[in-house]
Amino acid sequence: MTRVPGAPIVLRTTAVRKSFGDLEVLQGIDLAIAAHEVVCLIGSSGSGKSTFLRCCNLLERIDSGTIELFGHDLAHERIDENQVRRHIGMVFQSFNLFPHLSVLDNVTLGPRRVLGEERRGAERRALELLARIGLADKAAEYPDRLSGGQQQRVAIVRSLAMEPRLLLLDEITSALDPELVSEVLELVGELAHQGMTMLIATHEMGFAREVADSVCFLEGGSIVESGPPERIFEDPTEPATRRFLQRIIAAGRL
Amino acid sequence: MVGQAPRDATGGEATSSVTGDPPISLYSSHRPRLRGRAGASASAISTVVVVGAIALVLSSKSAGPFRNGFLDLHQMWLALVGDPSKGIVSVGKGFFLNVWLSLLCEGLVLVLALGVATLRLTRGPVLLPFRGLAIAYTDFARGVPVILVMLWIGFGVPSLNLGSVSSQSPVVYAGFVLVFSYTAYVSEVYRAGILSVPQAQVQAARSLGLSSRTTLRRVVLPQAVRNVLPALLNDFASLQKDTAIVSTLGVAEAVHSAQIAGGVEFNYSGFTMASILFLLVTIPLTRYTDHVMARDRTRRLANAAT
Repeated sequence: MTRVPGAPIVLRTTAVRKSFGDLEVLQGIDLAIAAHEVVCLIGSSGSGKSTFLRCCNLLERIDSGTIELFGHDLAHERIDENQVRRHIGMVFQSFNLFPHLSVLDNVTLGPRRVLGEERRGAERRALELLARIGLADKAAEYPDRLSGGQQQRVAIVRSLAMEPRLLLLDEITSALDPELVSEVLELVGELAHQGMTMLIATHEMGFAREVADSVCFLEGGSIVESGPPERIFEDPTEPATRRFLQRIIAAGRL
Repeated sequence: MVGQAPRDATGGEATSSVTGDPPISLYSSHRPRLRGRAGASASAISTVVVVGAIALVLSSKSAGPFRNGFLDLHQMWLALVGDPSKGIVSVGKGFFLNVWLSLLCEGLVLVLALGVATLRLTRGPVLLPFRGLAIAYTDFARGVPVILVMLWIGFGVPSLNLGSVSSQSPVVYAGFVLVFSYTAYVSEVYRAGILSVPQAQVQAARSLGLSSRTTLRRVVLPQAVRNVLPALLNDFASLQKDTAIVSTLGVAEAVHSAQIAGGVEFNYSGFTMASILFLLVTIPLTRYTDHVMARDRTRRLANAAT
């Protein structure tokens, strides 16, 4: 939640660039996240937030620049992307739970098939995690029987079961009905409180202001302005940030 | 019918003249669909008409040769059990060959087709030539009639004089041909199934650290197979029927046995017998397909309730 002095840098990106065809989606992103820190990425759709997150766990390959996880350059030829990803949790806008697996099997799939845990141990741990979010009684159900908010919380728990060092949250409330947003944000707030390191792309400005140690405003694939949430939201210096926040306020979203 | 439409239709017109909008009609100009008792008696009548028409044609005097030649119960029984003294081979016994050959072939097809499908979908540069081969194979095997491949292999390979390869029983060649042809079809079914699984599922699995192989096995394939299960079972029923083509190689399976019986007795009721045997297998199979689909749909709902 609060910056721990001397905490190690979990993720550091330097001049990250990425293009899809002629469109340069990321135009040199510099960012560093220390352990237990929460960084929120804000900006309109198409500003590159999602792409940046996907580059961080190697779902997308960057064109230039470097991404380091605990000081290891992810472009190194001997980097095993599966090893990288087991330490980085990712939660998606559309949940992406596995529809053919029960909630319990969704959560234990990673620990069993990646960490090699025994079924019994993995299930016990999964049930503990599900109990923490109040969904232990849904363990045997299939995802399509859960509400969107429940599904997204299960998706978060599925990531947590891997005991990640960094959690990437990609607009995880954007596909939810408005009344289901808070249950998901509360869970993320708890995680922040417990010291989970998180990089969060979000449109929920109130949430970002509350939970973030640092907020980065992206536009056109660049970080235009970054700083503590109070300063970004109350006293932004860049005109682009001001324009963006004014539009948000006009839309009643802040 | 328009004249019988409820009053509201004209009521609507009155309202719309106030606003100046053109009147709307919410009533179908077609006759309403029959429901309830009216529907039940309508379907009873049409059933009686259809069945009656068939019975009338079959029992007519001019259908006599057909009845005697194809529907002779005694001849059907004779073909079913066979009569060694007359040189008639049992169609029932021959049918066992159709059954176990189709089961064996289906097992091989399911495994091999999965290999071909994944080969076509993997992107490694090393596998490029194999991918080309897989495409060429599926194009070829699906493009040539099974019976021609059967004749090619069944008569061609023995004449190659390749030692043990050329001296196998016709059943082996027949099995090879069926597997060869059906693997191509089934691999396309698998491929369609794999492509039907959203890419987001793959990304979610890979984000957990699952390898591409584990992702395929644990996430993609279970969903893919579920999506194409009806098509897979459909192809299995088709394979089961196509074992009849083995008769071209002179193997004493159901159809060939029926041919022999027909030749001895100058009566084709053996073919009817063989058809009945095939139906006895394929109809339950298709019913089972429907059952599996229905169960799969409800299972998730039921399982959740416990």
